[in-house]
Amino acid sequence: MPYQSIKFIQTGSLAVGGRLLAEDQRSVQSGAQRSNSLTLGHRACQGCGEALGARIALDACQRATGGKTIAVNATGCLEVFSTPYPETSWQLPWLHSLFGNAPAVAAGVAAALRAKSRDDVRVVGQGGDGGTVDIGFACLSGMFERNDDVLYICYDNEAYMNTGVQRSGATPYAARTATTEPVGPEPGNKFGQGKNVPMIAMAHEIPYVATATVSDLRDLEYKVERAMEFRGARYLHVLVPCPLGWGSAPESTIEVARLATQTGLFPVFEAEDGEVVSATPIRHRTGVRDYLRIQRRYAHLFKPAERTEMIDRIQRGADRNITRFGLLPADDIDAELATVGAGRAEEITS
Amino acid sequence: MNKPFAITLEVGSSRANQTGSWRTERPVYVDSLPPCNHACPAGENIQQWLYQGEDGSYENAWRQIMADNPFPAIMGRVCYRPCETACNRAQLDEAVGINSVERFLGDEALRQGWTMPVEAPPSGRRVLVVGCGPSGLSAAYQLTRLGHAVTIRDAGAAPGGMMRYGIPKYRLPRDVLDAEVQRIVDMGVTLELNTTVKDIQSLLRDGGAGEPDAGKNAGKDADGKFDAVFVAVGAHIGRRAYIPAGDSARILDAVSMLRDMEGEEPPLLGRRVAVYGGGNTAMDAARTARRLGASEAIVVYRRTRERMPAHDIEVKEALEEGVTMRWLSTITHADGGKLQIEKMALDETGFPQPTGEFTELEADCLVLALGQDADLSLLEGVSGVEFTDGVVQVSPELMTGYPGIFAGGDMVPGERTVTVGIGHGKKAARCIDAWLRSDHYTREPKHDLAPFGNLNTWYYEDAPATVRPQLDAARRTTSFDEVVGGLDASNALFEARRCLSCGNCFECDNCYGVCPDNAVIKLGVGERYQIDLNYCKGCGICVHECPSGSIKMVPEEA
Amino acid sequence: MLRQIEGSRAVADAVAMCRPEVICAYPITPQTHIVEALGAKVKAGQLRPCEFLNVESEFAAMSVAIGASAAGARAYTATASQGLLYMSEAVYNAAGLGLPIVMTVANRAIGAPINIWNDHSDAMSQRDAGWIQLYAETSQEALDLHIQAFRIAEDLSVPVMVCMDGFLLTHAYERADIPSPDQVDNFLPGYEPRQVLDPAAPVSIGAMVGPEAFTEVRYLAHARQSQALTLIPEVVAEFTKTFGRDSGGLVRGYRLEDADTVVVALGSVLGTIKDTVDELRGDGMRIGILGISTFRPFPSAAVREALGSDGRVKRLVVLERALATGVGGIVSADLRMALAGGGSGRAAEPVMSTVIAGLGGRAITRMSLRTMLAEAVAGALEPLSFLDLNKGLIEREFIRARRTRRSGPVAENMLRDQGLTARIG
Ligand SMILES: Cc1cc2nc3c(=O)[nH]c(=O)nc-3n(C[C@H](O)[C@H](O)[C@H](O)COP(=O)(O)OP(=O)(O)OC[C@H]3O[C@@H](n4cnc5c(N)ncnc54)[C@H](O)[C@@H]3O)c2cc1C
Ligand SMILES: Cc1ncc(C[n+]2csc(CCOP(=O)(O)OP(=O)(O)O)c2C)c(N)n1
Ligand code: SF4
Ligand code: SF4
Ligand code: SF4
Ligand SMILES: [Mg+2]
Repeated sequence: MPYQSIKFIQTGSLAVGGRLLAEDQRSVQSGAQRSNSLTLGHRACQGCGEALGARIALDACQRATGGKTIAVNATGCLEVFSTPYPETSWQLPWLHSLFGNAPAVAAGVAAALRAKSRDDVRVVGQGGDGGTVDIGFACLSGMFERNDDVLYICYDNEAYMNTGVQRSGATPYAARTATTEPVGPEPGNKFGQGKNVPMIAMAHEIPYVATATVSDLRDLEYKVERAMEFRGARYLHVLVPCPLGWGSAPESTIEVARLATQTGLFPVFEAEDGEVVSATPIRHRTGVRDYLRIQRRYAHLFKPAERTEMIDRIQRGADRNITRFGLLPADDIDAELATVGAGRAEEITS
Repeated sequence: MNKPFAITLEVGSSRANQTGSWRTERPVYVDSLPPCNHACPAGENIQQWLYQGEDGSYENAWRQIMADNPFPAIMGRVCYRPCETACNRAQLDEAVGINSVERFLGDEALRQGWTMPVEAPPSGRRVLVVGCGPSGLSAAYQLTRLGHAVTIRDAGAAPGGMMRYGIPKYRLPRDVLDAEVQRIVDMGVTLELNTTVKDIQSLLRDGGAGEPDAGKNAGKDADGKFDAVFVAVGAHIGRRAYIPAGDSARILDAVSMLRDMEGEEPPLLGRRVAVYGGGNTAMDAARTARRLGASEAIVVYRRTRERMPAHDIEVKEALEEGVTMRWLSTITHADGGKLQIEKMALDETGFPQPTGEFTELEADCLVLALGQDADLSLLEGVSGVEFTDGVVQVSPELMTGYPGIFAGGDMVPGERTVTVGIGHGKKAARCIDAWLRSDHYTREPKHDLAPFGNLNTWYYEDAPATVRPQLDAARRTTSFDEVVGGLDASNALFEARRCLSCGNCFECDNCYGVCPDNAVIKLGVGERYQIDLNYCKGCGICVHECPSGSIKMVPEEA
Repeated sequence: MLRQIEGSRAVADAVAMCRPEVICAYPITPQTHIVEALGAKVKAGQLRPCEFLNVESEFAAMSVAIGASAAGARAYTATASQGLLYMSEAVYNAAGLGLPIVMTVANRAIGAPINIWNDHSDAMSQRDAGWIQLYAETSQEALDLHIQAFRIAEDLSVPVMVCMDGFLLTHAYERADIPSPDQVDNFLPGYEPRQVLDPAAPVSIGAMVGPEAFTEVRYLAHARQSQALTLIPEVVAEFTKTFGRDSGGLVRGYRLEDADTVVVALGSVLGTIKDTVDELRGDGMRIGILGISTFRPFPSAAVREALGSDGRVKRLVVLERALATGVGGIVSADLRMALAGGGSGRAAEPVMSTVIAGLGGRAITRMSLRTMLAEAVAGALEPLSFLDLNKGLIEREFIRARRTRRSGPVAENMLRDQGLTARIG
């Protein structure tokens, strides 16, 4: 299981902590002593998923390494909101070089540590989706191919947020961005292949690839900690909703991420040596409408009139993920695909 | 390090940037009233004792129950569980098995011999409780804890009221009843059995010199009058409907029949027993008949099953034991082992109307279970005391029209259950305590209710309710052994942990973990959390992700 | 130890003796032989501890070096031409972050048209990136400058580019004095970083700086780089003491004593110029040479001092292996700044002529230089001229362009005009 399932715990293992858990079962985030790698006073927007995701991931990494993590950051919101001179919110050694080179810089740090025989110190490279799937992609692939001892974390908010919400290679179909305006016969982002970097990472057959979201903190921590059990190149793709860019309510950041998983739009899985080894099953299956409706970037799918065909296409994408990653028990799929595929709006619970 | 200017910064320096100034709304921790607590007639703080039970602190949990209700083991057997009906978890999968956990705790207390201390200093006041049923016992228990000297007088030979003389053994084993009553007596309550109270006013005046039974207790009462009285004499007179009957018809009422079960000889009912009525008493009578050897026990009821006042679980258990039901039927005549039955039909208001269609039913005996009336003669003539519909009127403080005489349980308006009686007892005790201090009992204002919609149920793991073990069917019709078993420790723990902690922070750390701005301060176990308003930007994620709905957003003042 | 050795190998040997801990390599002619040789040493275990990373681009090469350097490792890489431009963003970044990386630039022209041969356009394009730039005249000097470069870079926390002419130096077999590892160890202490990524003392490196402090940051970078003007002569002095050989420095004068005409140049062409000057001196011309070894920071004071303030130097001929298209010379502009910076009290400024020469590998012959310098001495040299420019070819292209808008690719046209076919891809 990708996350710890503790029987007999009041809220299951999905809550952050709980007094009933033994010390070693607690999430890093529940600890009063967590390292707060990204600390108070950063300038992220209200409800920023990226700020949350980064703290969760790096704190987990700090626990896994005994506080010996070095982070390398690509340009982007995370970098800008954390380190405007004269203040930094980081509490671990951190380096920002450029937008497109974080994987290579991280590889350089790792090489230096290897040369100095400091195998106790570990390196995390991190960046937004733009910095990862687009401009930093060559460096990322190189880092994978060389199997550099780096955990690279992509905080995917599905657009170039820091420059004002422009389309990236990770922007989903139909989404509105500043460069895919909801006008004309094909409003929003045009349908393309999409860049599925987790799968591309798997094609490099690196030791570990995983996806996670900020809606399942324990799973995210687990993935980081699991990743740190490997040496070599590891990739973690974390969905981090951006209230500003997505037009979602700040308080809904986690909810939106959760719906992304429960619709099947964002499959949560992990892979070792290029093979999927586990996928987090959907608990409460939800039709994509419920996910789309709460984000203004999809408003044109519902107003002035519903664009059923476009929504159906998104639903088909979700269904494909469900089948591909086995996100539902097999018999549920057939029965439910029929209903969901037909484009019904109501929630479908498994 | 002589670091490069501006480009390289000292860690954590952003604390200087107090982002709290961005906020337009702030999160505030609140405690709300869980629906279970709200529904419990005894006013138990269920959420709280489940919370304590969850980590295995059974004694603390038990003591939390005991604050409101001295009979956890009895409750766990006979309470009709309105809490579970109200439980929010019912909207998720199944209600929390509150009652089964309560029983576990009650039994555990008996196993461990836990007792309740009397911590209050003696008040020097004397209070008389009339009636040793649940309501009287509850009042006596609470009054004792408040430091008052309590005497209970009961007309019966053994304590417990209807818990002993009504509720059958197979539902409430007498050792359990005895043990929980004894625990109260051991706290220093004076229990005077076989003592019928007739003249309350004199008891208040001069300790009851004029009482017929005073002789027995003369020594005790001589030194003083009582400062207040709580009357809880129940409702023991079986109601009888007029049924034309021949001489050979054998007709008895359920209350008497069940009371006789506590006597030397069980009542003789015959092979075929008809029970008339649709309440819990009818079920108990029919099930008792089965155990006494009746091969047929037939419940005759005027309406349909849906409209039966008996609780579902009682009907289910009766059916399991071979009791049969005749719905939409009235008995129009009884004689010589035969009953004449008229079919009924419900009119549009749901009221049964005769159809003129008749059948016959063979029965050796007919048991009437048509409800009970209270014998209120002891209050008749007391100035100011009012009676309506056969019950005594009381103020919201449970005081009758006569100052110092309070009343509760079956004899006052309201639902007639053990738990309601216990609740009355508790409340009366507090009001009497206040009254004795020439004060008014004011309870703390209740919190707002915690509705299901305020919960974020995502975080609760799917967990179907546990099922209590049951006695095998054969023994259920041949013996009076207890039918429903208790949970073992691990099941009780599991069940306790199913609680959603509605409206009350249970320290799940979610708010602490999900704040993107690290603005939630964890104060430590049992101390909960605090919002760091210097940094909280007011995004509201904590509120949205709090499983138990224990945080709310409030606007910042301009 | 004296050896007949290829320039690239000599540099590789020197770099290896500097014990870099991280080397990143991406192939581009004419730099390849250097990193190949280093790669072989690392693989063979002769250079330990050292991580040799075959990266996927020059951008990555510089980025890896940035990471390695920030983590406290001595980092080295080499590139040229397109590669240098491809990593340009990271080149600026390394300097901005104050990371003492040493990089060899095997100078080569920049396309299009793509051209693998030598000129200085690549290094010149990065002259304002914040790096110190040293230009080697010979293989020996290239070798020596690398050893000095690590000293200078790490002393100041400023990255250093050692520029050596592609092919002319990288691929030429010359006699070189290869130092012993002990000598290098004595000269070059271990890398003591000014800032380092260290969990025991965490810092945030690479903050965003706004208008409130950006100018100051830049000023400080300028001030720090300028310290090299003091440091380099000291390093050279120490180098000479250790290795018994004078090498590098800010500027190098040649027969300047009584010169009224001075040729200014950088890199390997200085050798040819020296031979030519010797000949012209034989003809009675009072001509001398000012070689610029340190181009960044620009050694203005040293230049002024070398040229004297007595008005003796009447003419400056700046021979440039790069063209600032639309303006002319790059070195000339800096030179003019330097001379202007001398303040009042100076005699009249010398007349300056910029001569663009040797672009894309065109040989700079003694014959052409003689002709050009004679012209200069005669006062007939244009302010901006191109050595050995084939005017006929250009005329034909002008005509072609006037005739038709789609006149075709210029380079191919000209080759065809010369009766050659394109061979370089
Ligand atoms: C068959 C049956 C089954 C039931 N099952 C359940 C059940 O499962 N769950 C549930 O919650 N409720 C049940 N009830 C209802 C419940 O028993 C009563 O509501 C409850 O016992 C009322 O408590 P009380 O203290 O008011 O009166 P009682 O329990 O009736 O006690 C009154 C006491 O007062 C004494 N008394 C009466 N008059 C005098 C006097 N003048 N002087 C001195 N003493 C006097 C009586 O002897 C008696 O002991 C059942 C009732 C019956 C009849
Ligand atoms: C080479 C380069 N091109 C463009 C930019 C401008 N730029 C800075 S951040 C950014 C967007 C970052 O997007 P992403 O990586 O998705 O991170 P986000 O801000 O969304 O978290 C862009 C385009 C840059 N800094 N450098
Ligand atoms: S724009 Fe989006 S990613 Fe950037 S700080 Fe705001 S919420 Fe976070
Ligand atoms: S879930 Fe718990 S707190 Fe909520 S109503 Fe049920 S028992 Fe009470
Ligand atoms: S999120 Fe959890 S810890 Fe926070 S208030 Fe709610 S129940 Fe308590
Ligand atoms: Mg982004």
